[in-house]
Amino acid sequence: MSRPMQFDRVPLSARIGMAIILAYVAAALFGPFLAPYGQTEVAGDQWTPLFWSQPGPDGDVFFLLGTDHLGRDLLTRLLYGARNSIGIALVTTLLAFAAGVGIGLLAATKQGVVDQIASRSIDVLMAFPSLIFALMILAVLGSSIPVLIVVIALLNMASVFRITRALAMDLEAQDFVDVAKLRGESALWIMRRELLPNAMVPLAAEFGLRFCFVLLFIASLSFIGLGIQPPMADWGSMVRENASAISFGVFTPLIPAAAIAGLTIGVNLVIDWLTNSRSVGNEA
Amino acid sequence: MRHEKMDPSCGEAVLDIAGLNVRARSGNQWHPIVSDVSLTLRRGEILGLVGESGSGKTTIGLASLGFARTGCAFAGGEVRFKGQDLLRMAPAARRALRGDRIAYVAQSAAISFNPARTLMEQVIESVVDRGTKSRAEARADARALFRLLHLPDPDRIGDRYPHELSGGQLQRVMAAMAMLPRPDLVIFDEPTTALDVTTQVEVLSAVRELVARFGTAAIYISHDLAVVAQLAHRIMVLRHGRLVEEGETRKMLAEPQEPYTRSLWAIRTFAKDSLPASDVLLEVNGVSASYGSLKALDNVSLTLQRGRTVAVVGESGSGKSTLARVVTGLLRANGGEIRFSGETLAASAKSRTKLQLQHLQIIHQSADASLNPLHKVREVIGRPLEFFFGLTGAQRERRIVEILEQVELGAEHLDRLPSEMSGGQKQRVCIGRALAAEPALMICDEATSALDQLVQEGILKLLTRLQQEQQISYLFITHDIATVRAIADRIVVMHRGRVVQEGPKDEVLAPPYPPYTKLLLSSVPEMDPDWLDRLLASRKQAVSDKAVS
Repeated sequence: MSRPMQFDRVPLSARIGMAIILAYVAAALFGPFLAPYGQTEVAGDQWTPLFWSQPGPDGDVFFLLGTDHLGRDLLTRLLYGARNSIGIALVTTLLAFAAGVGIGLLAATKQGVVDQIASRSIDVLMAFPSLIFALMILAVLGSSIPVLIVVIALLNMASVFRITRALAMDLEAQDFVDVAKLRGESALWIMRRELLPNAMVPLAAEFGLRFCFVLLFIASLSFIGLGIQPPMADWGSMVRENASAISFGVFTPLIPAAAIAGLTIGVNLVIDWLTNSRSVGNEA
Repeated sequence: MRHEKMDPSCGEAVLDIAGLNVRARSGNQWHPIVSDVSLTLRRGEILGLVGESGSGKTTIGLASLGFARTGCAFAGGEVRFKGQDLLRMAPAARRALRGDRIAYVAQSAAISFNPARTLMEQVIESVVDRGTKSRAEARADARALFRLLHLPDPDRIGDRYPHELSGGQLQRVMAAMAMLPRPDLVIFDEPTTALDVTTQVEVLSAVRELVARFGTAAIYISHDLAVVAQLAHRIMVLRHGRLVEEGETRKMLAEPQEPYTRSLWAIRTFAKDSLPASDVLLEVNGVSASYGSLKALDNVSLTLQRGRTVAVVGESGSGKSTLARVVTGLLRANGGEIRFSGETLAASAKSRTKLQLQHLQIIHQSADASLNPLHKVREVIGRPLEFFFGLTGAQRERRIVEILEQVELGAEHLDRLPSEMSGGQKQRVCIGRALAAEPALMICDEATSALDQLVQEGILKLLTRLQQEQQISYLFITHDIATVRAIADRIVVMHRGRVVQEGPKDEVLAPPYPPYTKLLLSSVPEMDPDWLDRLLASRKQAVSDKAVS
């Protein structure tokens, strides 16, 4: 089923995906050191085009990707935004997985009442349209980063739970789990040693997919003004703030949009490979 | 009726395989899986291909259709069907032959049929598509074949769906489908392996009847020599993709030449004498159990003595595996009592003491399913040592190696994953895991059924030796009578959730038999080419006797 991965067997598409992800991670980690200006520094005119230089107070200033609606350097905002968007999406996804995988494994191991309570609660949660649910909570509690993370993690936890439970139920029916139960092993040991390792590959694929959804969801919340609050940079709000530029033929808002799209594509290329290599592994 | 095994040596050659080589790829390397095999098959002749798994018998069967499985490739030789070389033919021409002039009957009919369509649609599909026969002709012909194969209600059975038929019936429907275009050659690939012995008999007689009636040439592939002996005119014994020995059936059975062939013949002679009585270890008293509304066990009682073996026999669905689940505590009984070493066992494994759990171990049929694919042998055997005895570090390591040696493996297996071992080795690891708990009772649920005969014999000998050395009791669940002979002291015969007979081995296996035991015992193929004829004759006799009286 599982065998050691060899890098020379990784297809080109997955390698490109990995390179894209690495580049984004590097931007998120080192962004503030690379950024030519401050996150909120107004350094030039409004909506200047690419490769724009203009005279500033201490000589010429140069904007590689132009400026935004307040005249802030777009490259700088993009680099800081990477840190916020990716960082928050990653923490949110991790939280969703910790909760979803944990409860899913527990439901599959204990079954019966525990499973019923967990499954039906998740059904209730899933019954709310996710955007409306998020709007409701954010309207009541106000939008701060911790609230944002918890709400979106909760929403995504539901489907992680469902997948984990289904995978674990399948494994649970295997004789090796019976053997562990008959030895008197605790539920925690069975979850950790017998179930989780065998569910790792599909869960890793799901992690990538979830991460993209979370990223896009935060972007859309930011776009309607309930996500990350100004003046902090974030790709979703950068699209919103500059959206009106489109009517003047300025494509500034497309740059943060492209940043979101690029990361989503990179992650998906890697996921495709992960899921494919899994099905091939099953065949053998 | 005596089936005439005519001498087909004068007929025309239908299939002529010369110097066939097939290789398979693993990673970037090719290794041979069939080496230099040649055979000739004439009209009306049945050739038996016998060997363990991995011997290349199915590969040769598929090569007769000009087909190589994914990951395999032909590496030389010729497969001539009526003079045309299938390997060098245009793909379209080859496709036209398959399912028309050459037919294939797969091992599991149950998964070969589409569950969403009626049987008749599927049986006639290929002939109608090819335009060989009109829909009405094909239907009429299929009904005639169903009748010939003694299927119940032959005129309407075609309107049913696959799940409405038993495994043996489906296998016969599949044989009818294969025969519909009146092929020149049929490949039967283990058609009875997945069936109970009692249904196997129906399929064997059906296959023989078809081939005799239509004068078709056939290849019959099986790992079970006794089965092949009933049908084949000639037998080829294969091992590791090479021909070991070939000959006319009776001659091969009477005087096998090669040591490997002789070892195959000798396997079924392994038997142990019943041991004297000992103190009672396990007592099952009037236990019943059900899955929902389906009653799987009905008032079952048995006793098992220390250091002895009770074999529970019966066909699939008789409740023998349910019995194992109830005794281990995986399934709650709805009535009755289980006593183990003088204590009453709780119905659920969760409520049993650690000592009770430790002393009662189970070995499953499929070593693959009962080993976590990601756990190395060290973890598999080391965990019970740590869990029950608190062994760690070097002490634990030493004990693991000791246990590996007891099950005839060695320290070199410590770091193997299940996928890196053979079926027999994996089952030995499972036995080692059970041994590590130092059990008083091992429940073996069809523990040898998925293994090749030679490997099976090795495992049975190992279990017998361990019993002598450590006074372990076995509750041995099996459908295989030869295994029972080899290992049992007492026998419990089960049918539809009830115990129909119980007693010492020598009593149960000797007449007079209750009716079900008789049916079960008489259905076990014997290493005698006349067994099937005798059996069919005696059953016919019994039916006509009943009709007269």
